[in-house]
Amino acid sequence: MPWTKFLIETKEPGFDEHPDKIKRKLNVSESIRETLYQVLGKDERIFVMGQGVDDYTGMFGMTLNLHKKYGKKRVFDTPLSENALTGIASGAAICGMRPVYFHNRPDFLLLAMDQIVNHASKYSYIFGGELQVPLVIVAVIGRGWGSGAQHSQALHGLFMHIPGLRLVMPSTAYDAKGLLVRSIADNNPVLFIEHRWLFKHQSYVPRELYSIPFGKGLIRREGKDVTVVGISYMVIEALRAAEKLKEQGCDIEVIDLRTLKPLDVEIIINSVKKTGHLIIADTDWGIAGAASEIAAVVADQGFRYLKAPIKRITWPDIPIPSSYVLEEAFYPGADDIINTAADLMKGQS
Amino acid sequence: MRMKSISSTTLLKLYQEMLKIRKLQLKIEAEYHKDEMKTPVHLCIGQEAISSGVCANLKKDDYLFSNHRSHGHYIAKGGDVKKLVAELYCKETGCSKGRGGSMHLIATKVGHMGSSAIVAGSIPIATGAALSSVLKKDGKVSVVFFGDAATEEGVFFESMNFATLKKLPIVYVCENNFYSVCSHQSAREANPDISMRGKAFDIPAYQIDGSDVCEVYLKSREAINCARRGRGPVLLECRAYRFRAHAGAGDPHKDTYRNINEWKEWIRKDPLKSLERKLLKNNILTKEKKSKISKTIDKELTEAFKFAKESILPNKKDLKKYLFR
Repeated sequence: MPWTKFLIETKEPGFDEHPDKIKRKLNVSESIRETLYQVLGKDERIFVMGQGVDDYTGMFGMTLNLHKKYGKKRVFDTPLSENALTGIASGAAICGMRPVYFHNRPDFLLLAMDQIVNHASKYSYIFGGELQVPLVIVAVIGRGWGSGAQHSQALHGLFMHIPGLRLVMPSTAYDAKGLLVRSIADNNPVLFIEHRWLFKHQSYVPRELYSIPFGKGLIRREGKDVTVVGISYMVIEALRAAEKLKEQGCDIEVIDLRTLKPLDVEIIINSVKKTGHLIIADTDWGIAGAASEIAAVVADQGFRYLKAPIKRITWPDIPIPSSYVLEEAFYPGADDIINTAADLMKGQS
Repeated sequence: MRMKSISSTTLLKLYQEMLKIRKLQLKIEAEYHKDEMKTPVHLCIGQEAISSGVCANLKKDDYLFSNHRSHGHYIAKGGDVKKLVAELYCKETGCSKGRGGSMHLIATKVGHMGSSAIVAGSIPIATGAALSSVLKKDGKVSVVFFGDAATEEGVFFESMNFATLKKLPIVYVCENNFYSVCSHQSAREANPDISMRGKAFDIPAYQIDGSDVCEVYLKSREAINCARRGRGPVLLECRAYRFRAHAGAGDPHKDTYRNINEWKEWIRKDPLKSLERKLLKNNILTKEKKSKISKTIDKELTEAFKFAKESILPNKKDLKKYLFR
């Protein structure tokens, strides 16, 4: 992509859990909107589609009023028809366009499984590289407020299983911008999954466009005792846990993977080499999910560094309940990370 | 009557194309028992008039999307027959480099944008190609071929709705051969008139005889022109007959699921033979010319099979190649 610079950084500039007031800060939806506003102006191949992208909420603000600047041809509302619309986006993509297709929730992607799994993710391979599908699909995990079983799912474990898909899960506004730029510039289908609870989080976002590479995780907090690999919102929970654990004399290292596919195996193994302990905290079900895959990779490539069994903090194997009391029981958080890390340390002593 | 409104040159071109598709199918069928083509094949014998008739109205860079019964579409759009046959022989020189097989043919240089083996899978993708033409204002038309069973899938309706909403330049070509594997249309569809599905979206939709290449040619010309002029999508239901089994050579179990009288009736209407008869009768085709055309095609096919058989297989080291671009 001619219009981006390419950054490879081991630290997010300006990332601080205790924000200073000097740098410009945006939340995730503001960051996404700014990115789209800028790239739409730079590349005519890019267009934005999805149900409600031009309404007054603008997809949680991510697409707000973009149609007023770029017109209804390039920023358009769609019928629900998730499966056909995914195919339509793919068809435009193979003919040279760069669609960004928004969904309110990952739950709705299940209606488009045929076009995502059977088509978009396979079309480069099965045609011997003759086609490319530069398609970005955005969906926002809708945890909480009684959203229930069909409006709160994450489902990235399901998609991680599929060859040919990129799987991006940013946890900061800075990463949201850089990874969205990278996703739109990529020549392959990308699933860009966000989390509603991250939309309140603010972080430094440079005004100019920049691209963050796939498969490069970040150490959000350095520590020596336990490695905590966080996915999406669980990165924030892990950073919260770190504060309390510090008081207890346990120093955790928090890794933000940023993309699940490709997966930054190196950053995890190097950290485990140092700490000898691994906790994986995910916003998805545990069985055959991302946390299980990461555990398997570390068992395979880093077993000799482990001083204790790998621990997974994931959702229980039930649909997501609606009542807030049951939601509290369902979702793991900082406390689970604290207890698990403390148990690991006890086991060590 | 219909034939008189088509030039002799075009009629001969259509005949040549259909003959090439037929001969290719027959040659595949004859070679298939040797088990050297290690991929399922879905022969389109009996349906040649549809791909030939429609594609004769397309420009080289117009888009074509196809399904599992894909050989005719590929040839009619101008795909290289050598690369097709090499794909059937699972070779690196195949149109999909041996990664796709018979159900995933492609020739983007002539606007063939791939075939999907998921029934109806190409319909929305073709619709998206038409959307790209509107956004880019490139004047191209998209055509997608699919079978009767594809109209039972949700994306068929979802795509027609969107194409109508956005007035997309696309022609939906349903090849109704009445069978999905061995299941007759009557066991699957409440209303056998597929062209009526277009009424729900108030788009032009026609039911035509898909074994009459002149009818297919003229109606699809009208449809493609209509789409190119920005009037939105058109649905064509072309009724024809699958002379062979769903997959593989011959149709050894046809007695078990077909009405033999129905089968005989359609064989009598063989699209290639009836065109040939008409052309001979009107002196557009002579016996000498016929023999010359036939020999040219035979030579091309012999060369294609030789090329395919002699080509190298994919290298196992390249197993992961082409996953990403």
